[in-house]
Amino acid sequence: MEFVWFIFLPALAALFIPTLFRRVTGIHTGWFVLIVPVVLFVYYSTYLPLTASGDHAVSSFDWIPSLGISFVSYLDGLSLLFTLLITGIGALVVLYSIFYLDRHKEKLGNFYVYLLLFMTAMLGVVQSDNVISLYLFWELTSISSFLLIGYWYTRDGSRFGALKSMMITVGGGLMMLGGFVILGILGDTYSIRELISGLSDYSGDPLFTLAAVLLLFGAFTKSAQFPFYIWLPDAMEAPTPVSAYLHSATMVKAGLYLVARFTPIFAESSVWIWLVSGIGLLTLMWGSFFAVKQTDLKGILAFSTVSQLGLIMSLLGAGAIAYHSDDTLFRLAMFAAIFHLVNHAVFKGSLFMIAGIVDHETGTRDIRKLGGLMSVMPISFTVAFIGGLSMAGIPPFGGFLSKELFLDSMVALKQFELFNFDTWGILFPVIAWIASVFTFVYSFYFVFKTFTGEKKFDKLPLKPHEAPIGMLISPIILAISVIALFFIPNIVGKWLVAPAVMAAQPQLYSLPSEAAVHVQAWHGFEYIPMWLTVGVIAIGALLFTSIKKWQPVYGMQPEKLSLNALYDGVMTLSEKGMNKLSRFYMNGLIRTYLLYMFAFFSIMTIVVLFAKGAFKLDMSSLSPITLFAVMNAIVAILGTGMVIMSKNRISAIIALGAVGYSVALFFVLFKAPDLALTQLVIETISVALFLLAFRHLPALKTHGETKQNKLVNEIIAIGVGLSVTLVALSAHSNKLVASISQYYKDTVYTEAGGGNIVNVILVDYRGFDTLFEIAVLSIAGIAVLGMIKLRLSRKGSDDEKE
Amino acid sequence: MKKNNVILQTTTKVTFFIISLFSIHIFFAGHFAPGGGFVGGLLTTGAIVLLLLAFDLETVQATLPFNFTIVIGVGLLLSLGTAAGSILFNVPFFTHAFAHFDLPLFGDTELHTAMIFDSGVYLVVVGAAITIIQSIGGDE
Repeated sequence: MEFVWFIFLPALAALFIPTLFRRVTGIHTGWFVLIVPVVLFVYYSTYLPLTASGDHAVSSFDWIPSLGISFVSYLDGLSLLFTLLITGIGALVVLYSIFYLDRHKEKLGNFYVYLLLFMTAMLGVVQSDNVISLYLFWELTSISSFLLIGYWYTRDGSRFGALKSMMITVGGGLMMLGGFVILGILGDTYSIRELISGLSDYSGDPLFTLAAVLLLFGAFTKSAQFPFYIWLPDAMEAPTPVSAYLHSATMVKAGLYLVARFTPIFAESSVWIWLVSGIGLLTLMWGSFFAVKQTDLKGILAFSTVSQLGLIMSLLGAGAIAYHSDDTLFRLAMFAAIFHLVNHAVFKGSLFMIAGIVDHETGTRDIRKLGGLMSVMPISFTVAFIGGLSMAGIPPFGGFLSKELFLDSMVALKQFELFNFDTWGILFPVIAWIASVFTFVYSFYFVFKTFTGEKKFDKLPLKPHEAPIGMLISPIILAISVIALFFIPNIVGKWLVAPAVMAAQPQLYSLPSEAAVHVQAWHGFEYIPMWLTVGVIAIGALLFTSIKKWQPVYGMQPEKLSLNALYDGVMTLSEKGMNKLSRFYMNGLIRTYLLYMFAFFSIMTIVVLFAKGAFKLDMSSLSPITLFAVMNAIVAILGTGMVIMSKNRISAIIALGAVGYSVALFFVLFKAPDLALTQLVIETISVALFLLAFRHLPALKTHGETKQNKLVNEIIAIGVGLSVTLVALSAHSNKLVASISQYYKDTVYTEAGGGNIVNVILVDYRGFDTLFEIAVLSIAGIAVLGMIKLRLSRKGSDDEKE
Repeated sequence: MKKNNVILQTTTKVTFFIISLFSIHIFFAGHFAPGGGFVGGLLTTGAIVLLLLAFDLETVQATLPFNFTIVIGVGLLLSLGTAAGSILFNVPFFTHAFAHFDLPLFGDTELHTAMIFDSGVYLVVVGAAITIIQSIGGDE
């Protein structure tokens, strides 16, 4: 069986969840769900030896072959690493959620359907080789994440957070689609592998950089980079298993995956390197600095996630530098990025689960109310301690190793000489170091403010006690992995990290073993990052102990100047501002709308007429002007003037009739007897109708017209008249083809058996028009009848409503 | 107070038929001379309007006991039927046919299916115009 179908296994399983939830009430639905990620994890693990040898597996299914769109499951080191994270942590999160969500109080059917949909989407994102199907899965993650954040949809916060994350990630996703399409056009393929291999053909194209920037919009919004990180803290309204899964381990890493996946294509571009590493570093600094401000446990973790994602992002940017230099020093960065990605997924998952446990057992996540939980929740404390110290980068935990690699590559960066790195490169290790200090501070802040210190149990909503063992299994497994990562980094490096590095930099390596960096905890006293780490611990400890003295600094930033205020401002502006704007020009007066239409019409006509050089005046084919025509024209003009000037209705109608009859006379003069006849009768009947209808109306009076808008009316009326005249004149002067009337003259008797060309045209040559004109007349007649006979709102009689 | 409109009403009784005959003439002559269903229909309408002016609505309705909305329908049906009839003879929609016949009273006469179409137009025009005038005039 083609393994591309395994991507859809969770979504397929989701179909049965609602039935299971309703019918099998004795068992928590989560147990059925758990089977899916476990099976997938075991299945995908079997590909490990394949990717460890530098090979890959491909399975595909044509979706829309004519457009080159297909589902391609492409398993190389990078895809497999992410796949294992998704299924592995997915299994642990499902297990955790079984104990976290109550089977009687919660709508579990919804929850697991969304979660399984999300799993399919994520697997699709990391395995897709076709950019269009990648985009499809990408938006599916946005949608399922939206549903999961808004899971408790009766809370305002959940809905706000869900909407915010949706707006930002979908906005970025659309930009990314633009990037994909540009790439698809440039490379003439949607397959990422073919894009990489055909790179030299199009990398010089001016649109190439635009594609890079658009793609980064997608990656930055999804991975919560500066300034798009603002949705992540608000997404913490989601149930904790969701936060642990989506907003720490998997979805937010989709952006990182995208950057790593497209590094082989865009690494050539200096814009890419600067943006990825620069924004990453800025995010790292920003996130770690503001994490200490938070008082909500999950808020701290959200900012810490933002910061750690920034760290990985900056390493990915640095990893792209390896393309520009032969120095093996720069090859470290990509390895460090992937290694830290694994580390982060593991420890952040466990920390979120601990935050969930604390919330579940004490009833609050506010760090100001918590304290001294160590004695009642020893296991949770141990797990938090391990995770927290790994996050801070302290031995003997996995985070220490990746932090050392990170500092090492940042120090190496200042030796890079292209793209101005020799002048600005020094900033990289400095910012990285300061951010590491703050990372240390918030890690300790998270762990020790919660679990040590003064016991304030009487203020807590619930009496705290240790969580049930089922809820603790997942964090314990993750905590053990955190320690294991420290002791067996090279095994992880060989099986997971090196193949992923090779996949992200395929041009540089031919075998994963070349990409492997030997990770060791002890490098000797000359190793600079070691001393940097010592500095981090020393300064960090100092800052943490004095936290009460300097934490008020955060109060200085006014709320109005934050990015959230900017987002809210933009949303308010687009909602209220647009509303105001449309209310301003859509004022409900027909007069105004006519003004827009006529002004637009006359301006467009005159501008186009002269800009395109279409105006032409040719007097040669004009007929001689007769005295009758002049006299008749004077009558028509006088009549028109009377219509405009007249102060009462009757005279206006009579004047209008005069104009009509003079038009009939024109028809006589210009030898159109049929038209003259019709015009005379029609004019008579319409004047009669006007008189009938206007008998009921009050005398003519002004409708609130001021002198000012009368002037506007006049200008626009003159403009319209002028443009119509000009068009008529130049249309007359620009006759391009001969009239077809000769054909009618020749065939009116022989073909149509008639003598009156006008009538024969009406009923025979082009009887179709007449057919619909009489239909129009019928509709008008019946409409008048309907309007008069069926007036429902007539005062005093509502019998017709029955 | 009701005025005695005897002169108006008497002349109307005469003129009505003259106008009607003229409208019928214009309608039939339409294919070779100025005129046709549209003008013919409008002239007939004019004749009926004259009746409406000289007499009142009820009298006219009693004299001409047609439901003019049905007249519209008949006219449309006639026109559409003529146009669609050509399909039966395996020619495109809206193909007319004509031929010359030697009729007993009229002599050599051309009969044309366009005339049936035009009579549809005539009926629609009369029906629609009278419907409009009657419903507006009768609305008090």
